Amino acid sequence: MPPLDASMPPFDDRTNGRTNDRTNNDRNPDTVHKAIIFEDVVIGFEDIQVLDGVSFELRRGETKVILGVAGSGKSTILKLCLGLLKPDSGRIYVLGHDVTTMTEEELFDLRSKVGIVFQESALFDSLNVRDNVAFRLMEEHLPEAEVEKRVRESLSFVELEAAIDKLPSELSGGMRRRVGIARAIITHPEVLLYDSPTGGLDPITSTTIIELIMKQRDVFKTSALMVTHRLQDGFTLASHYFDPASKHMKSSDGMPSQDIRTSFMILREGKAVFEGSAHELGQVQDPYIKEYIS
Amino acid sequence: MELNSPFDFAKRSVLAVQEYAYLSVRSLANLFRKPLYMADTIQQADLIGVGSLPIVVLTGMFTGIVLALNTSKTLEQFGSLSLTGRLVSFSMVRELGPVLTSLMVAGRNASGMASELGSMKVTEQIDAMRALGTDPYKKLVTPRVISTVFMMFFLTIISDLVGLVGGWIISFSMLGLDSTQYWNAAYQALHYNDVITGLAKPLVFGFIIATVGCYFGMTTKGGTQGVGRSTTQAVVVASVIILAVDAVLTQLFITLS
Repeated sequence: MPPLDASMPPFDDRTNGRTNDRTNNDRNPDTVHKAIIFEDVVIGFEDIQVLDGVSFELRRGETKVILGVAGSGKSTILKLCLGLLKPDSGRIYVLGHDVTTMTEEELFDLRSKVGIVFQESALFDSLNVRDNVAFRLMEEHLPEAEVEKRVRESLSFVELEAAIDKLPSELSGGMRRRVGIARAIITHPEVLLYDSPTGGLDPITSTTIIELIMKQRDVFKTSALMVTHRLQDGFTLASHYFDPASKHMKSSDGMPSQDIRTSFMILREGKAVFEGSAHELGQVQDPYIKEYIS
Repeated sequence: MELNSPFDFAKRSVLAVQEYAYLSVRSLANLFRKPLYMADTIQQADLIGVGSLPIVVLTGMFTGIVLALNTSKTLEQFGSLSLTGRLVSFSMVRELGPVLTSLMVAGRNASGMASELGSMKVTEQIDAMRALGTDPYKKLVTPRVISTVFMMFFLTIISDLVGLVGGWIISFSMLGLDSTQYWNAAYQALHYNDVITGLAKPLVFGFIIATVGCYFGMTTKGGTQGVGRSTTQAVVVASVIILAVDAVLTQLFITLS
């Protein structure tokens, strides 16, 4: 096999950078520019094939919106990224680590660099908001003053400082989702995973959550995968930017200098049937995708 | 209702045994790995030990009373009523104390563990814990196992003592036996290996209660209905295993002595 040209990254882009003559074991993935790399990932539960050869890459600083109908494997992708599930075959690189070969102990360290917001928030119902947000810091035995400072910082980011002493059962669905975001960002992770962050919320609360995700993307440049079945959430992210001056999102229309860095991927029956920008999604001729986005 | 093939049933059973063995081994192996979660262990010891105290005291007391009442009828026929204390103490310390205490604690705590961990499982709190870099086996399972084993030892001692007191109340108030006679007979009935047997069993039973409760909790599927199913299964399986292991341990201790 010819040696790789050191001046060229192993992957040029998604479509033409992958070569068939290289195996998984004899080349290194581009983890400098890519936060997450999925290579031909297959996973099934009992007789159902959930992901059937899914490959994609998430560039550093990019937000990728994963769309698909219920049961298409969207949430499974996020759990695979964290090593909560192991694929039947294929490779998954997260921040340069091959999570498919790592033990649970090794994954605990990696997970400190990856935050996740679960579909139903998954807050610890016996702990109050403060302890939920501070959970990881308390596990690391950080000084109390440092924990308090960072909890307030995180809750202030999601504008929920007033709820610090409340139990999850005392919060509304939107507030729980915001606490989930605060818990995910408290360690300043390099990658954030959002599992249907606006699912089951009213439109106004959904916009608040999307604005927070946008704020995280534009202020902290965090790489993110956002799973959703709400197309409008993806398009809002792709067409707006967070303005720190007004502390609100603004439309990027007519401002080509705004670097939105948001792309889309659509899953269908365990396969990625589309990957590209919002503009490319609008131009696509595939009847299924056209019907999906209509 | 869909019928499962015997092969599928066998496969699922083997998998369940494998998962249970894995959880049990891991809960013990975590004793030698930091962090130890002492605060969680003490909290669980309070919930399991202090929380189970009323039910254990009541069970022990009534068992002692019933033992004295039942045995006295038979002993009276042979003119050996004075041996009531001997029978009560031997039965309580060697068998009924450990087994009945374990069954009571299983009913109260194996179900509690299964429902608590099961609720956490179906609401993705276990996944959230793993995602936040914490080993749920270390944080949730090991403290429950340690505290159940530890507290079962003391709960059984309390149950044995209260059972003896129950027997004494009946012997003194209804059978007209002298207190000294009762306690002397109770004391003389016990040999060193009886006490060892009576105190070793609850350690094993405590381990069974905690690991079975945690196993069913950690493998819960199917929402709130699944939590209910896990809770019931935990109590039934823990109780059956306790009785089966009791038979094995009894024979083992008889052979060893």
